[in-house]
Amino acid sequence: MAEITADQTVITTADGVPLKTRLAQAERRKKIAAFALVLPLLAFILITFIVPILDMTFRSVDNPVVAATLPRTLAALETWETGKIPDEPIFAILAEEMVAGAKARTIGKVATRLNYEIPGSRSTITKTARKLKRIKQGPYKEAFLKIDKRWGDPDLWARLKQIGSPYTLSYYLAAVDMRYDAEGSIVSQPEDRQIYVPLFWRTLWVSMLITVLCLVLAYPIAYLMATLPTGISNLLMIMVLLPFWTSLLVRTTSWIVLLQTEGVLNDIAVWTGLIGDENRLQMIYNMTGTVIAMVHILLPFMVLPLFSVMKTISPSYVRAARSLGATPPRAFWTVYFPQSVPGIGAGSLLVFILAIGYYITPALVGGRTGQLISNFIAFHMQKSLNWGLAAALGGILLLGVLALYWLYNRLVGIDNMKLG
Amino acid sequence: MAALPPYAGPLEHAWHYGFRIICGLIFLFLIMPILVIVPLSFNAEPYFTFNENMLRLNPDAYSMRWYADIFNNPQWVHSIKNSFIVAVFATLLATTLGTLAALGLSRAYMPYRTAIMGVLISPMIVPLIITAAGMYFFYSKVGLAQTFPGLIMAHTALGTPFVVITVTATLIGFDHSLTRASASLGADPTRTFFKVIVPLILPGVISGALFAFITSFDEVVVVLFLAGFEQRTIPRQMWAGIREQISPTILAVATLLITFSIVLMSVLEGLRRRNERLRGIRPT
Repeated sequence: MAEITADQTVITTADGVPLKTRLAQAERRKKIAAFALVLPLLAFILITFIVPILDMTFRSVDNPVVAATLPRTLAALETWETGKIPDEPIFAILAEEMVAGAKARTIGKVATRLNYEIPGSRSTITKTARKLKRIKQGPYKEAFLKIDKRWGDPDLWARLKQIGSPYTLSYYLAAVDMRYDAEGSIVSQPEDRQIYVPLFWRTLWVSMLITVLCLVLAYPIAYLMATLPTGISNLLMIMVLLPFWTSLLVRTTSWIVLLQTEGVLNDIAVWTGLIGDENRLQMIYNMTGTVIAMVHILLPFMVLPLFSVMKTISPSYVRAARSLGATPPRAFWTVYFPQSVPGIGAGSLLVFILAIGYYITPALVGGRTGQLISNFIAFHMQKSLNWGLAAALGGILLLGVLALYWLYNRLVGIDNMKLG
Repeated sequence: MAALPPYAGPLEHAWHYGFRIICGLIFLFLIMPILVIVPLSFNAEPYFTFNENMLRLNPDAYSMRWYADIFNNPQWVHSIKNSFIVAVFATLLATTLGTLAALGLSRAYMPYRTAIMGVLISPMIVPLIITAAGMYFFYSKVGLAQTFPGLIMAHTALGTPFVVITVTATLIGFDHSLTRASASLGADPTRTFFKVIVPLILPGVISGALFAFITSFDEVVVVLFLAGFEQRTIPRQMWAGIREQISPTILAVATLLITFSIVLMSVLEGLRRRNERLRGIRPT
């Protein structure tokens, strides 16, 4: 547009409007038209996908239970002197709110919440709430202490005050094996209760191992397919695409059939006399099973990008290198390999992204030792019902995956993602 | 690689064949799990290993009993029906929304193209467990958990990235002067869309639809969290079978699913060839 207005005279259309304005109008209309086509899907994805995930992330800092059930106790605790057992008025307010909470059935959630901070304290709350119903009048302090002497522990009160704030970082702290102590400063969990940081490392390590194994297995066959004539390479491609299109559960099932102690591979090994019948190999329901099955499942995601890059590498470069006296390994390493690096990058990133969040396969073939971070998220969602911690673990995983996705988009571009 | 050059030495010869053996083993690794499952699903015994009679190809060792089992079991029939209902509706929705979006995204005037593309592709990238957890909380809140509409919406979201990617790829070679030609000949935009654009991008649309279908058909994590007993799909039923008591019925279902994916794959390959022909790309 700079060229149009360069000569200072304003060019106008037939009805006297400057051409620049008209052009801007036309461009705006086109922009709106293009955007209108995208809008339905964008709105759909935002509502059905993005909002639920944001909602979940919010849950990892949301802490409404105690604040809603015991508001007046928390207000009273504002002026309480830390390190002492509170006085009768605070006990009286707490008693009233606990009885109300027991009626509204919210006191159980408070007990659960406190239990995250002080293991074993659930019963203190539930027992007290149950017995308080029969106590019609004070002095409450004595009654509380008679029901459970933990009420005489100032730490319990400090915790109660701590978890009373409507927002908390304690789930994220728990997800990285840290916690608040009674004074409210951040400390790490005791050695024997540190499980999540090692778990994150294990997930990263296993994902990397799977990525490397996939690369090692995918590179030769992608190379072979890229250099063979189209007819044969199409046939070989079917062997890559068939697993790709086969249901994940089917493939996981078949690995169970193959690898279990009474399974096909062990049978063959026993039959051929490779191992004795009594020491059949334990290849499944542990980390080995997870790695084997996941490498198989993710291998096509490595082969396809590698193949599409290798197909564009002209064979004349290697031939030229050979004619100039390079040995085959040298010709490969200095001429062919560098040209295949974009495919390696694209495939590795994709496999790593998919591996790091994998759930189904570890859950089915991982046993106790082959579990990854996703399985613990599912555990806290379905079994322990510690949704805050599940959301915090999910939040950290999501952040990691989004960072990798951003990297993938920068290096490869999502438009260039190859399917089938 | 195709043939050894005449100047190749003995070492190179050995490597040439050694390399092919290595590749053969890798292909075996890829295909073996699928091949093993098929004969075992015809096993007359409720075991997961080949017995001697099977290896001797004794007809008595084979039977169709596990296939009969699927169709005599109301839970399996119910889950097969559910899988098709959810997948068909999710595919229709995903294909419609995804194709429209792809058309918009490939216009030159599309604002914030990269950012929007990033959002639209994200359901494919975000780990399923996170998607499932988020949807579980949110859909419960609005009363969509354990309903068919909820599950269909979830699967639509998961399927749209595939449609967007395949249709956008088809549109890369799209000649926009065709739509202008159509307009200059007096066709209104709707007519241009159905008579000119649709026939040209149809292969991309259908292959996107197939991807969306298989995504929904194969999806289990979101189903685990979002579906109640009434909405159990095939993968959900398989999951329960593998976790609780693995019976050869699962192998029979697996074999049916493998057959089904071979059919889908052939359709897709046919479409790819048609697309290349339409766009004038000669097979090399």
